[in-house]
Amino acid sequence: MAVSVRVIPCLDVDAGRVVKGVNFQGLRDAGDPVELAARYDAEGCDELTFLDVSASSGGRDTMIDVVRRTAEQVFVPLTVGGGVRSTDDVDRLLRAGADKVGVNTAAIARPELVAQIADRFGSQVLVLSVDARRITAEGRAAGVTTPSGYEVTTHGGRRGTGIDAVEWAERAAALGAGEILLNSMDADGTKDGFDLEMLRTVRERVHVPLIASGGAGKPEDFVAAAQAGADAVLAASVFHFGTLTVGQVKDALRAAGLEVR
Amino acid sequence: MSPADGSVSAELNPAPRGRARGGHPHVVVLDYGFGNVRSAVRALERVGAQVELTADRGTALEADGLVVPGVGAFAACMAGLRAVRGHEVVGRRLAGGRPVLGICVGMQVMFERGVEHGTSADGLGEWAGVVDRLDAPVVPHMGWSQVEAPAGTRLFSGIEHERFYFVHSYAAQTFTQGHDDAADPRFTPPLVTWASHHTRFVAAVEDGPLTATQFHPEKSGDAGATLLANWLTTL
Repeated sequence: MAVSVRVIPCLDVDAGRVVKGVNFQGLRDAGDPVELAARYDAEGCDELTFLDVSASSGGRDTMIDVVRRTAEQVFVPLTVGGGVRSTDDVDRLLRAGADKVGVNTAAIARPELVAQIADRFGSQVLVLSVDARRITAEGRAAGVTTPSGYEVTTHGGRRGTGIDAVEWAERAAALGAGEILLNSMDADGTKDGFDLEMLRTVRERVHVPLIASGGAGKPEDFVAAAQAGADAVLAASVFHFGTLTVGQVKDALRAAGLEVR
Repeated sequence: MSPADGSVSAELNPAPRGRARGGHPHVVVLDYGFGNVRSAVRALERVGAQVELTADRGTALEADGLVVPGVGAFAACMAGLRAVRGHEVVGRRLAGGRPVLGICVGMQVMFERGVEHGTSADGLGEWAGVVDRLDAPVVPHMGWSQVEAPAGTRLFSGIEHERFYFVHSYAAQTFTQGHDDAADPRFTPPLVTWASHHTRFVAAVEDGPLTATQFHPEKSGDAGATLLANWLTTL
């Protein structure tokens, strides 16, 4: 009777269009996030995440419209992240129909933003996204150390912050984040599986739901992430390119004795 | 399931009072600043309701059904409800046997009180008992869980074994049946549906005109749509 492991496709959206390639049969417009979202809903996804990668404010306005149109026809929870810098940004997304909002870089610069959002809208709307990487030998040589050996990054992993990723996740949860999206910048794009060691480390220290992200390639990768303590598993390209379906991932989870919807 | 044909935005085209139009029940979603009301409106439209999003007391009193949404803090939701005199609307509707559906914190406020961070706030007191923090290794309880629906449930008819989407850190973990009412031979005891997240808690209640769910039917896919359709049949 436990809560099931959530399988969450993530769509990168730039100015209202899905960025990464999409290889679905039968879509009228493979670049339309609304149509893709409906497709994933029909496949049985447990939630959906839109990551707005628009560089311009015009692109973000477009995103509001995408969220509104998606919420009209998708009846599973929708999280929207990317470029969220204030409680007003959160308000606009929630009013458009988002259920949760992902916050990343702005919270690193201003941790109080986490508390402000939680106080105004409740912890349940706030997914704190952590882009983390293992500190390399070169990094250590350059003097970068953190207690856990993992560091928070920004700019898609290109810039280190020197902040301990595990401590940051713990602190954000204490400030009011309702959920942690832990994205391994080392594993991201490799298709070699999630960073299980990092997941286990964060799981031990953080008592809000934990979403594993980065590195998914095979159905077994999702199983391993759930067994390492992830409450939810998120992936982008394996779903978009048609390498895996949501159903295949759920079959693997079920076969491993994990609960799925 | 597909969205109801020809459905239009409730804000643009207010529904008629009562069931004047094609037998579609008129449902008001109480707009008091809490909850993803857009989702609730769309999910109800999807199953054939004429939905109006408003805090207008007269409209909320006259509707065939009233939905009380709610997310966030118990005390803040209660303050929001009182600000639009929602507590009076709910009380008057229930006194007249007119259906009300509470969702998430909209269910929690039906209990006597809620305790958050050690501070107690009064609820609407329709049911005895207190809403307090879940004791579990991972909180909030976030995701899809099964429920244990009782025999005779109308709300869960046909979806007894489905999963529903929960997101909450607080819950009613006991349910006390009203003993005073039980002396009345006409009294029908509330049907209580339970779920579990480390500990058992109340997932839904069917109590005459008052129905409530701790989970979000408007976010629970096809199972949630069926539940809302089941509720509409009781209006």
